[in-house]
Amino acid sequence: MLLAFWEGLAQSGFVTPFQLPSFLRVVERVGSDIASGEAVTNAALTLYRAFAGFAIAGIGGVVLGMLIFRNAFARWFFDPIISAGFPMPKVAFLPIIILWFGVYDMPKITMIVIDAIFPVVTATILGFQGVDRHLVWSARNMGAGERQLLWQIMLPAALPQILTGLQVALPVALIIAVATEMLMGGRGLGGAMLEASRMADSPGAFAGLVEMTVLGYVVIKGMAMLRRRLLLWHQETQRPAGV
Amino acid sequence: MTRTAHRYLPLLLLALLWEAATRSGLAAGLDLPPISDVFAAWFQMVRSGELIGNGLDSLYRAGAGLGLAIAVGGFAGIFMAWFRHVHVFLGPLIEIFYPLPKSALIPVTAFWLGFGDGSKILLIFLGCMLPVTIGAFNGARGSEPVLLWSARGMGASRIRMLWDVVVPSALPELLGGIRTALALAFVLLVTSELISSRQGLGFMIGNFGAGGVYDAMFATVLTVALLGFIADRTFLRIMRWALRWQE
Repeated sequence: MLLAFWEGLAQSGFVTPFQLPSFLRVVERVGSDIASGEAVTNAALTLYRAFAGFAIAGIGGVVLGMLIFRNAFARWFFDPIISAGFPMPKVAFLPIIILWFGVYDMPKITMIVIDAIFPVVTATILGFQGVDRHLVWSARNMGAGERQLLWQIMLPAALPQILTGLQVALPVALIIAVATEMLMGGRGLGGAMLEASRMADSPGAFAGLVEMTVLGYVVIKGMAMLRRRLLLWHQETQRPAGV
Repeated sequence: MTRTAHRYLPLLLLALLWEAATRSGLAAGLDLPPISDVFAAWFQMVRSGELIGNGLDSLYRAGAGLGLAIAVGGFAGIFMAWFRHVHVFLGPLIEIFYPLPKSALIPVTAFWLGFGDGSKILLIFLGCMLPVTIGAFNGARGSEPVLLWSARGMGASRIRMLWDVVVPSALPELLGGIRTALALAFVLLVTSELISSRQGLGFMIGNFGAGGVYDAMFATVLTVALLGFIADRTFLRIMRWALRWQE
């Protein structure tokens, strides 16, 4: 439907080919980008940056969240930082990050971590706070040690919440990966798109948009599938899922 | 008041640490201006009107884009839940575009509307619409059938049912979606202004950074961060007020 509309609008002459190149040309361009290996390299670079940042944010966020949950001092120190930092537009700090870390992969991944860690930390804390008390009591009663309790009882019980946090963090990681590539260059899908737009190469920019749509779709769907696998035991998996 | 002060004490400690580290020369290699210089630069920019003018430009872009997104997205979501045809038509579109990293739209909107206000407003509108739509859809879809049946039983028309039953029950999730969109609006605003703009806070940050005026750059960055924070807290307050009928 949308594709037919796009093609119709582009062919109608109502808009210039610069504003909206014909869909067939864009598909051709995507094809030639893939054939030359350009699109694959760029997609791999973007994915590498996004996933490196996402992995660090994911692990760091869960660890930090657990620390905040367990330790009163950590809670006192980090709670205001988290609650003030979460709603802030952290991309604004990008020029500072560039100043400190240069313009290669490091600052991009750092920026992604800074942005993606907040939802993971808050979700982890909420998840641990929401663990059913009876579960903890019965585990204690059956002689579970503190460490066992944390890893074998609390962590799995908090997992649905933590995964929700990760599912929020993943699109954030992608958005920031693309944005930092646009702002600093250094190839990747965002870098390639910005270059195309600087050269007024509109099929190139639209091809980038199509490539990113596909990439984003695959990554997000993959995450949703992972969630279903990890939570096979949980009742939410038995319910049909929405959008 | 004292409780708030006590709660945010760690932030104050960090600021003091920042000042001490820069004044003592410990952070010499970092191009980090002392926080007192940053404050001085901030007051100076406020007095010259530079910060306020650019700030209003930025807020206008974010506000217009977000406002449009809330209006269109909210209706789209509720209609999707209410009319099957709308869902059949819009559902697949949303599913495809939801995972798109929204920053990818920056070059495209610049192709369409140039480098002025229009392209930023369109970008923020497109980026923020989906979270609002999905919030409204999920909320409206979850309205309790029992409430709908009893409304129908009492002779409510379809429009009345929509307004009196579906909209209120969609409200919590709708507002949650708007809160996500609010944060996204700031991210898109700053990114697009950093990339291509002649005014606005993002432009100021990029400009000061390129010129090496780091105290003014830090002051602007902190202003943007603070604006995002204030916007979120204000919205949270509105949200609590609008949902005060929930227990």
